[in-house]
Amino acid sequence: MAEESILSIEKLRLSYGELEVLKGVDFDLAKSELAFLIGPSGSGKSSLLRCCNRLEEPSAGRVIVDGEEVTAPGVNLNQLRRRIGMVFQSFNLYPHLTALGNVTLALRKVLKKSRVEADDIACSVLERVGLKDKAGSYPNALSGGQQQRVAIARALALEPAIMLFDEPTSALDPELVNDVLAVMRELRETGMTMLVVSHEMGFARSAADRVAFMEDGVIVEQGSAEQIFGDPNCDRTRAFVRQIAH
Amino acid sequence: MEQLIQQFFNVDLMIEAAPLLLQGLGTTLLLCLAVVPLGLAGGLGVALAGTSRMRWLRIATMVFVDFFRAIPPLVLLIFVYSGLPFAGVQLDPFSAVCIAFLLNNSAYYGEIFRAGIESIGGGQRLAARSTGLSAWQSMRYVVLPQATRNVLPDLMSNTVEVVKLTSLASVVSLQELLYSADMARSITYNASPIVLAALMYLALLWPMIRLVARFERRLGASAGI
Amino acid sequence: MSAWERFLDTFFNWAVITEYLPALGQGVLVTCQLAVAVVLTGLALGLGMALLRAYRFWAVNFVIVIFVDILRALPPLVLILILYFGLPNIGVTFSGFTVVWLVLSLVLAAFAEEIYWAGVLSVDQGQWLAARSTGLGFGQALIFVVLPQAMRMTIPPITNRTIAITKYTAIGMVVGVGEVLGQATTAQSFSGNASPLMAGALIYVALFLPLVVLSRWIEKRFAWRRA
Repeated sequence: MAEESILSIEKLRLSYGELEVLKGVDFDLAKSELAFLIGPSGSGKSSLLRCCNRLEEPSAGRVIVDGEEVTAPGVNLNQLRRRIGMVFQSFNLYPHLTALGNVTLALRKVLKKSRVEADDIACSVLERVGLKDKAGSYPNALSGGQQQRVAIARALALEPAIMLFDEPTSALDPELVNDVLAVMRELRETGMTMLVVSHEMGFARSAADRVAFMEDGVIVEQGSAEQIFGDPNCDRTRAFVRQIAH
Repeated sequence: MEQLIQQFFNVDLMIEAAPLLLQGLGTTLLLCLAVVPLGLAGGLGVALAGTSRMRWLRIATMVFVDFFRAIPPLVLLIFVYSGLPFAGVQLDPFSAVCIAFLLNNSAYYGEIFRAGIESIGGGQRLAARSTGLSAWQSMRYVVLPQATRNVLPDLMSNTVEVVKLTSLASVVSLQELLYSADMARSITYNASPIVLAALMYLALLWPMIRLVARFERRLGASAGI
Repeated sequence: MSAWERFLDTFFNWAVITEYLPALGQGVLVTCQLAVAVVLTGLALGLGMALLRAYRFWAVNFVIVIFVDILRALPPLVLILILYFGLPNIGVTFSGFTVVWLVLSLVLAAFAEEIYWAGVLSVDQGQWLAARSTGLGFGQALIFVVLPQAMRMTIPPITNRTIAITKYTAIGMVVGVGEVLGQATTAQSFSGNASPLMAGALIYVALFLPLVVLSRWIEKRFAWRRA
């Protein structure tokens, strides 16, 4: 691949005691690429994402993000993590802070920006996700879709090199899904590198450069959305795709 | 260091005082056997009155509960023991403690039972009534059993508090564990007998506290990364 | 004298109450000082221990758990008597006030530690994940994200426990602290009349009833608000 690689995962393993969740995963993501990660629950997709910023501690292998090895001992993990945006299935907004407070916390505490500066950045990012007028609202006053967009803004404000999405729409009511997908589409158009765990096939077809199918701790196959959803090489992929298509 | 052991952990003195303290421990246990059931029964009554459909009864109960939660148990005890005689009501220490703690503990147990009853949704009562149970029967056989189970950890930790409170009886010269220990202390001029009493309280209450902690942990979660 | 008059004369004798009012006022002052000191020290110490416990140093946590269990299992009066009568024998003399303050602070700290720690545990794991994913350190995530939520949840139990332990300051009379109950019992034995004791009891009700009512309100306000 000629293009600059933003994320590269090499022979990554993760175990919980006896149980091996990731069994040697290799994966590369080029700049501005959007990859989908699909697979049955328990296949290790979320664990793979969490290994990328070491919220889970891999037992072996390497992860390199934007030229820096995340898995190196003694690395400044907190400075690296803020370069890796993460969006969670259940939003995980801080309920005691407003939308603005959610976005500014890391700006102020990790990037040490002044309150004024942080507020400025947060406002413009909230505007980008279409929620400028909700800056003063607490999470419990926002719809699920709005909460997830605030969560995206929270990650985006830190100017990440890559964004990781862990089933960002699966906790949402169907009518709210599109708001979130629209924001993700906009991100893609501005060239954000994204790794998305999700089963939104329509979105994958129209936006993903690549789809990878994961099962039982390994990536079974990957290819274009057309190929994986239309004509997968592997029977297990075919069976899974048929399942989620219904 | 040696002096510290001599003054607080003097085994010889402890052994010497042990019979007296064991006698006191017996009285403490007897007191618990009187005070805990009284408090539970009183508390149940308070809770039933506090969740009654009659507004005036609920308000009266709330006033009762708040009054006795506001007044320190020791103040109540001393009032019953040494204030009432002025009105011609002379009580022995044991009865005085029982009466004072009945009032105090009913308020606390009552609040716990009430929270338990309120934690049971109206659906349970409706279901019970729909099968023909009377209001009292649905309370007795459907709501209360679930309510009690829901607040069991709270009931237990309040019972620990009640047992600890019995030590206040020493102030009105009831010869329970702490009184006996303090008597031994004043004879020997040494704190070891009270330390022995502390160990006895620990032996009595620590298992209970661990049990409550285990109950609560079952409802708890994990934390931190 | 009718029975009613005799009752009034025994429990609400104004002449007696007025005579001992200055002493009772002094007692109120001492009770309040003791209460404030206990609440400040106890809650601060309890919170400190809960925060320390979050770091999960095995040895530290072991000590904290033992400390908490012991102070929960022992009647405070036992500790007060041990310190008040035992310490002078090894050359350390604390006033009754200091001993009561010390013991009740430690007891409150033990309960508060347990409540705060339960609060920290009850905060959703996703909050830690989100905070750490944005680059906040463990301590920052604890202080800025987890603790505020934990504190909110623990307000009702902390309030109730604090009131219960503050009421316990009446025990000061046993070791010669001139708080309300001490003054009232002294006055009662000097005057041979129960009115000062009645006045003392009413003073406690006046001091604590507002707090009890407040705790009731707090319980309503905070108990069912879990997002």
